Amino acid sequence: MSERIDWFLDAPDGILAADAPELADELLAIGEAVLERWLVAHDREPTDAQVEGFRLLALHRQAAKGDPSFNACRESCRELVYHRNLVKDDPSAEDVVRNLRFGAMVARHLILFIGGKLENSGLGEFCCSSRPLRQDETAQGSARHL
Amino acid sequence: MTGKHKKVAYYPGCALEGTGHAYNRSTKAVGKALDLDLVELKNWNCCGAMEVKNIDPKLQTYLSARNLTIAEDMGFDTVMAPCNGCYHNLKKAEYDLANDEGSREVTERLSSKAGHKTYEAGKVETIHALDWIKDSIGEEGIKARVKNSLKGLKVANYYGCMYTRPRHIFPEKDKGPGSESTLQPHFMDDILAAAGAENVDYPLKTACCGGAHTLSDSDTSTKLVLNLLTTAEACGADVIATECPTCHTGLEMHQVRAEKVLGRKTSVKILYFTQLLGIALGLSQRQVGVQENFSDATDLLHEKGLV
Repeated sequence: MSERIDWFLDAPDGILAADAPELADELLAIGEAVLERWLVAHDREPTDAQVEGFRLLALHRQAAKGDPSFNACRESCRELVYHRNLVKDDPSAEDVVRNLRFGAMVARHLILFIGGKLENSGLGEFCCSSRPLRQDETAQGSARHL
Repeated sequence: MTGKHKKVAYYPGCALEGTGHAYNRSTKAVGKALDLDLVELKNWNCCGAMEVKNIDPKLQTYLSARNLTIAEDMGFDTVMAPCNGCYHNLKKAEYDLANDEGSREVTERLSSKAGHKTYEAGKVETIHALDWIKDSIGEEGIKARVKNSLKGLKVANYYGCMYTRPRHIFPEKDKGPGSESTLQPHFMDDILAAAGAENVDYPLKTACCGGAHTLSDSDTSTKLVLNLLTTAEACGADVIATECPTCHTGLEMHQVRAEKVLGRKTSVKILYFTQLLGIALGLSQRQVGVQENFSDATDLLHEKGLV
């Protein structure tokens, strides 16, 4: 997938512009594939449901359930959808290539983040910080320390 | 919205007295240049970020509540925290104390042991440095004070993740026109645009930099940061503007590490937004601590005619 992202970033403008809608969908599919891999690696069956019309967002919601630190890539998923929508909304727009490349950069960040989380599940915990708000075991920690 | 927060209690937090010293220096210098009063909290303590929060969140709530109590005792109803981590933790303490009986009980017990009154949620408002400048001076106020326009400087504004996440602890955001947005934050963009900068469209402004894992999982942090840097360059940015000492340090350190370990050199500079604003207000490089950054922006600032 990373090689394909590199292709998006290096391909001539004309090539990207010619197939912009299909390429925008491909970027979304890359995002879905990344989240699918995370779920499969955690013995969960990736959902086919949609949230706000997008499977990517449903997959993100599924992955974040019980793992709030996963929310650290929530905006990346939404940003990917946003750039896909910009391209699909007007494939002949002047900035269509730019939006495809932006989408590719966001997809690359998603790949890196999920890859990092597969190696270190704690990635994203500091920024998300909602773990203590949602998980009971941390409340038990208080009793231990006081 | 302008006119608010002319005089606020200042909570620098641990980072601004250490790795984020340039942020501390530039925040104070900008405040002075804008005729805003910052009164540092007396005898403040760590907000409980990182280790404390992960081990014992209710203790973290108490630690942050104690800082808010100090502000209240000093006669302030507003605390300004420039660090995203501190800002986040003070806001989270407010949320916990308003919504969680257990947190209230622990805070009451520890306050009693420590010999001070228990902080009551809602007595003090926590704001970020971005709110402070946006609300007290506003874009028009900044424009009127600019002596050294940032015109020609292309900036990618990087907010990091803690400034907007999780959404429910920031009830003042997402209120429509004039308010900050958690999904598409824009206060830093607004402030630097008023100072003359050209903000580039940066799609990773709230993406994770892996900052908390910079020691335990350096390789992942380096890759995430490298992507933030290369994306900023691809967007045409000369500079990444930061508003968090953890993000700032992470970006600087991993920029160096990316070159050494991955052989990938990036030339985008990293400056606190207060440093950029300070320069626009006519302050010197030294006054805003540019020399304290790892990312040496001197040549760029010269090239752009800013110093």
